[in-house]
Amino acid sequence: MSSLSSNGIAAQLEDVHKDYHMGSQVVKALAGITISFQTGSFWAILGPSGSGKSTLLNLLGCLDRPSKGRYLLSGHDVSTLDDDRLSDMRLRHLGFIFQSFNLLPQSTVEENIQLPLYYLGWNAADSAERARDLARKVGLEERLRHRPMELSGGQQQRVAIARALANNPSILLADEPTGNLDSATGKEIMGMLIDLNRQGKTIIMVTHERTLAEYASHRLYMKDGMIERIEGGDSSC
Amino acid sequence: MLSKYVREIRLGINNLLLHKLRSFLTMLGVVFGVGSVIAMLAVGEGASQEALERIRKLGSQNILISSAKSIEEESATNVRIRMSVYGLLYEDERRIAESFPSVKNTVPVKEIRKQARLGERSMELRVVGTTPKWFDLVQRPIISGRVLLPRDFEAHGNVVVLTEHGVRTLLAGENTVGQTVRLGSEYFEVIGIVQNAGSIGGDIQTPDQEIDAYIPINVARERFGDYFVKNVAGSETREKVELHQIIVEVKSVDQVEPTAAGILAMLKRFHKKEDYRVSVPLTLLRQAEATKRTFNIVLGSIAGISLLVGGIGIMNIMLASVTERTREIGIRRAIGAKKRQIVLQFLIETIVLSTTGGLIGIGIGLLIPWMITLLAGMPTVVNAYSLVLSLGISMGVGIIFGLYPAVRASNLDPIVALRHE
Ligand SMILES: Nc1ncnc2c1ncn2[C@@H]1O[C@H](COP(=O)(O)OP(=O)(O)OP(=O)(O)O)[C@@H](O)[C@H]1O
Ligand SMILES: [Mg+2]
Repeated sequence: MSSLSSNGIAAQLEDVHKDYHMGSQVVKALAGITISFQTGSFWAILGPSGSGKSTLLNLLGCLDRPSKGRYLLSGHDVSTLDDDRLSDMRLRHLGFIFQSFNLLPQSTVEENIQLPLYYLGWNAADSAERARDLARKVGLEERLRHRPMELSGGQQQRVAIARALANNPSILLADEPTGNLDSATGKEIMGMLIDLNRQGKTIIMVTHERTLAEYASHRLYMKDGMIERIEGGDSSC
Repeated sequence: MLSKYVREIRLGINNLLLHKLRSFLTMLGVVFGVGSVIAMLAVGEGASQEALERIRKLGSQNILISSAKSIEEESATNVRIRMSVYGLLYEDERRIAESFPSVKNTVPVKEIRKQARLGERSMELRVVGTTPKWFDLVQRPIISGRVLLPRDFEAHGNVVVLTEHGVRTLLAGENTVGQTVRLGSEYFEVIGIVQNAGSIGGDIQTPDQEIDAYIPINVARERFGDYFVKNVAGSETREKVELHQIIVEVKSVDQVEPTAAGILAMLKRFHKKEDYRVSVPLTLLRQAEATKRTFNIVLGSIAGISLLVGGIGIMNIMLASVTERTREIGIRRAIGAKKRQIVLQFLIETIVLSTTGGLIGIGIGLLIPWMITLLAGMPTVVNAYSLVLSLGISMGVGIIFGLYPAVRASNLDPIVALRHE
């Protein structure tokens, strides 16, 4: 699935800007970001509220286009793709984990995990099998027929992780995945992400919690839409 | 082709089933729209087909000319005993037959009211003096015996053909053929029995009546003459009428109306008074059809309005549903659903709604006319095309009124949609 390859760089931003126009005012959510995320690395993005962490993650997740600058996803410039192509990039190469889980409340655990496969056009038998495998992987095999409301927060986030993995993405993007969980459950989810990273998955995670950020291979500190500093790893900008 | 959409349709149905009551209420507009349209069309079609059938029995290639007392004549009848001479002449028939090449046949009709007697039973009959051509024009099945033939005219014989109704009233049967029946003071041999159209009522009458007795016209003239005595409220009126009716058969349908106009002009020239009436079943047919068309247009407009209301109802609910499901849309988009897949998802929901509503409406639309026929005895006709049409229209309503909410859903910014509470 993650067939795009590019000499070890999963994602690369070159002088990326993002402006929001609020009437006559212009909010510079990102003001010139240049950085490379290596395949197999685990990034934690930190910074004060409003520093542009979510904006950065949305851009990396192809949910938005930069106002200026280039974004190379596995070596392909995606900064100018149209909406359909961006959707396709999300569908084939990216997985999302959100703070508020964002599961479909009316659908079962199984249906939620299958959602990316539905849009990928998988047949029922194959996607049922894949959903079962993924549920086993996150320890929720027994809960396939349950609805999200019947699960604890941690369990819901595990369903969301299973769903994010369904399309076997090259990058897993997480915006404060432990933000709605108590610290014990947060650690549990964190452990799961670390495991995934060990298995080779590139992970970029926004978080407020320094203790959790310590587990990441890299830490990116943001301020006012710019990179303040980078810690860890042997890579750099 | 359809199998491609099976998953989408199933998804749509599942979403609608999450809110069963709401979905049901949403489609009520279409249900009643379609139901009332089909029911109204069925009632209208039943009534107009009955009228058209009645006119068709008169024959669309025929022109009916009948004698009628002119208005001046009518108002002068307060004179105690008077003689009025009016109506169609033997001459008129000959002239019509000879001067119009488009005329195929003319059938003269002389009507005399006579008391008929068979054994101990009696009844008043309309004795119709006519020619064998009558039976070509007014085709009714022969029950027994035969109809009038040219040889009856040559023989000047007292022979009569009765109707089924007359025979039954006179307590006769098929074996009546060969027996003698008294008409007024004359004795006639029954040579045949025919079916009659039956009294349908209404303002359009068939040429034949159930109390008819057919005899050769020359015999009628010789035995009963051209003079009639009428006793109305104590005053006696004597009338001289040669022919009561002339039925003209025209060679082809498109010559009917010009020929009728020609005949009218001719009668005007030869008659001092307007003592005749010309009626053209074809014109009546056209009028009835025009009425039916108008009726259908009115029905169509009512249908259109009710379906419009139904459609607006659907749109309203779908817009609310889009708002309610903003987050779901955001999730689907973030995972990689394309805009057109979101459009399709919502559009299919409205189409499923409106089509289901249409199907239920068809059920109601079939039930109502059936009950009307059952309870009120009114004829109703459900046309297959009205079913197909209303199903098509209800699907169309789903598409038209579903498109805007669906497009609106697909145009939501995924990031904003995900943040929606
Ligand atoms: N859709 C938008 N329209 C206008 N301004 C926006 C929009 N999204 C974000 N911003 C602005 O861009 C800046 C960066 O926002 P962003 O959500 O990326 O911050 P963040 O670092 O994720 O903050 P937090 O930690 O509170 O989530 C903020 O000033 C915010 O107000
Ligand atoms: Mg944020």
